[in-house]
Amino acid sequence: MTMPTTLFDKVWDAHEILRGESGQSLLWIDRHFVHEGSFHAFNKLHERELSVARPDLTFGIADHYVPTLTRRLDAIGDAKVRGMIEQLADNTRRHGITLFGLDDPRQGIVHVLGPEQGLTQPGLLMVCGDSHTSTHGAFGSIAFGIGASEVAHVLATQTLWQSRPKKMRLTVEGELAPGISAKDIALTWIARLGADGARGYAIEYAGSAIRSLSMEARLTLCNLSIEGGARCGMIAPDATTFDYLRGRPFAPRGAQWEQALAYWQTLKSDDGARFDREERLAAAEIAPTVTWGVSPEEALPIDARVPDPADQRDAGKARQLRDSLDYMGLAAGQKLTDIVIDRVFIGSCTNARLEDLRAAAAVLRGRRSKVPGIVSPGSTQVKRQAEAEGLDAVFREAGLEWRESGCSMCVGMNGDLVPPGERCASTTNRNFKGRQGPGARTHLMSPAMVAAAAVAGRLADVREL
Amino acid sequence: MEPIKIIDAPACPLPLANVDTDQLIPARFMKEPRSVGYGRFLLHDLRHDENGRPVAGFILNHPQADEAKTLVARRNFGAGSSREAAVYALVDFGFRCVIAPSFGDIFASNAVNNGLLPATVSEADAEALLAALGESPAPLRVDLEAQRIAIGELSVAFTIAPTWRTKLLNGWDDIDMTRQHAATIARFATRYASQRPWLDAGPPPLITRG
Repeated sequence: MTMPTTLFDKVWDAHEILRGESGQSLLWIDRHFVHEGSFHAFNKLHERELSVARPDLTFGIADHYVPTLTRRLDAIGDAKVRGMIEQLADNTRRHGITLFGLDDPRQGIVHVLGPEQGLTQPGLLMVCGDSHTSTHGAFGSIAFGIGASEVAHVLATQTLWQSRPKKMRLTVEGELAPGISAKDIALTWIARLGADGARGYAIEYAGSAIRSLSMEARLTLCNLSIEGGARCGMIAPDATTFDYLRGRPFAPRGAQWEQALAYWQTLKSDDGARFDREERLAAAEIAPTVTWGVSPEEALPIDARVPDPADQRDAGKARQLRDSLDYMGLAAGQKLTDIVIDRVFIGSCTNARLEDLRAAAAVLRGRRSKVPGIVSPGSTQVKRQAEAEGLDAVFREAGLEWRESGCSMCVGMNGDLVPPGERCASTTNRNFKGRQGPGARTHLMSPAMVAAAAVAGRLADVREL
Repeated sequence: MEPIKIIDAPACPLPLANVDTDQLIPARFMKEPRSVGYGRFLLHDLRHDENGRPVAGFILNHPQADEAKTLVARRNFGAGSSREAAVYALVDFGFRCVIAPSFGDIFASNAVNNGLLPATVSEADAEALLAALGESPAPLRVDLEAQRIAIGELSVAFTIAPTWRTKLLNGWDDIDMTRQHAATIARFATRYASQRPWLDAGPPPLITRG
C-alpha cells in the first residue's frame, strides 16, 4: 500500500526532476507568465547571451502598466510607462513568446487571464514574477510568485530550484451567511494567524464552505494566500473546476480532455494524508471584514471598533498599532462604520472577475455613490461580459467610472493613484503604506462591501443595505 | 556574485515590523533601469517628507548610514510583492545583510540571488540587537560560517537555510548550477510530455502587437 499523500505532494513529486545534495528540488515548470516588470530578467538573459528554453510554455501579458482610459499605445502620455509596455512587446517578439498585449481582445490581469483562457489547469506547476501567482492554485496547481533572478532562471532552463515547504490544511466547515465572500474568509484567517502566519507553508483549503465556493471565489481565496505569508494556496479540483475549464481556448479537447480529466480526478489529498499543521474556521463565525491598518493582518469585522493601543500590554504591538493608526488617520476606539471615505476602487487580480462585478453592481443598482471611484474589470473579456449584462450602466449611473482592464489602482504603476491623505475603500489585496500612491490610505474589503461603502460614503455593513 | 564570509561594518537599526517591499521601493521607481542605481529609492517615502526633503532622524539619513552593510529590523521584513527591485535598492545602498525575526518568503530568495544575506534571529535577539545599536549606526559583525552576530559583548546566533548559506559563502549562481543538469532535464521533459499529451494541446500561438 502506498502512503497517503497530500494534493501538494502529488503535484510537487510529478514535477521533481532531481533533488540536489542540499535537499532542494529542481522542478519542471509547466507555465511561466511574464509581464512588463519582467524586464530585469530579460536583461539578465541578454547580458549572458542566453535564449528562452521553452517559449511555447512562456506567456507574456501586459497588465501592470497598461492605461485604463485607452487601449492605444500612442495615447499614453508618460513615455516611461509607454516604454514598459513596448519593452515587453519587444522581448516577447525577440524570443517568440505569445503575447497578450495592450490591444489584444484577450488582454487582462495575468491572474484573471490565465484561468479565463484555460492556461491554468489542475496539477500544473506555474510561476510568474508576481506574488499573487498563488491565485492559480484554485485549480489544484502549485503556483507561486518569484523574483527577477528566478524569472531569468525559468526563462533559461524552464526549471526552478525550490525547497519543499511544509503543508498546512485550512478547513472551513459550514455555510457562509449571505453577504459573506471569499475575501472575508481570507481576511479573517490572515487577521487570526498574522501576515506571516503561514510563512513556510503551502496551504490546502478544504471543508464544505470551500467546496461550495465558485471558481471565481476560489481564485480570490487562493490569491490572498500570499498575504498570510504562504508559499502557495491550493484547492483540490472537482466538478466546479472541470465545468469552468471545459471549452476554454487553451483547455484540452476531445480524447485529450478525457485523458486529462482522468488524471485531474486523482488530484486530492488521500484520506489519512499527514499535514504539518491544521487550522480550522467555522463559516458561521465569518463576518464582512475590512482592514483598518497598513497590513492585511490588521483586519476586523465591520461592526468592530478600531483597536486602542492602550489596551495592548505588549509594548512592541502597541507601538505598531499607534504607527498604523497614525498613518491611517484614525482615532483609537472609533467605530469602523464611522470611517468616512474619499473614493472607491473596484478592480485587481483579487476581485475583478465577473462575479465580483455582479456583487458590487447588485448593491449599487438604483443607488448613487457618494464618492468618486473607478471600476476596472479584471480582463477585457470580463469587461465585454459585464457590458453584455448591463453592469457598466449600473456603475456609470451610480457615478463611478467604467474603465479598461489592468492592475490599475491596486498598485498605481500606470498612474491610477489615490491622492496623498485620501482614503479609499478597495477590493484589492494590499493596504501597505503608499501602495495605492504616496500617502494613500487603503481599506481592503469585498466588492459588495466596497459598493456599500460607496453608497454610504463611509465604511458600511452590506448586510444592512 | 561576491561571496560573503564575514561582514564587519556599521549596522543600521530599523525598529519596524512588516517593512513590506512596497515600502522598500515604491512602485513608481520601478520603471528605471538598474544602471541608475536603486540605492536612492530605498525606503524612499520613509526617508523623505512629502516635499522630497530628507526626514531628519530617519536612520538612512544618518551621516554614518552610507558606511553601513547590515540592517536590523523587526518581524516580517520584505513581505508582499515579489519585486526584486526591493533587494536591488538594499544592495545598491550598500547593504549585504538584513537581520530580522522573519522574512517574506519571496524576498528572502531574491536576497540570496543577489548576494544579500537574510539572517533570521529570534524576536528576543532582534530586540537585543536593536537595543545594543540604539539610535545610530554602530559596528556589528556577521559571521556566515559560524552563523553568529556580534555587537561588542553581545553575541547571538542566526539561522539560514543550508542551501542558501552555501550559495552565499561561494557566491554561486543558480543558472550555472542548473545547466550542468541539462541532460537530466531533457530526459525528464521528454518523459513528462509523453505522460501529459494534453499539455501541448493548446491553440497555435497568436502573437499580437503590444
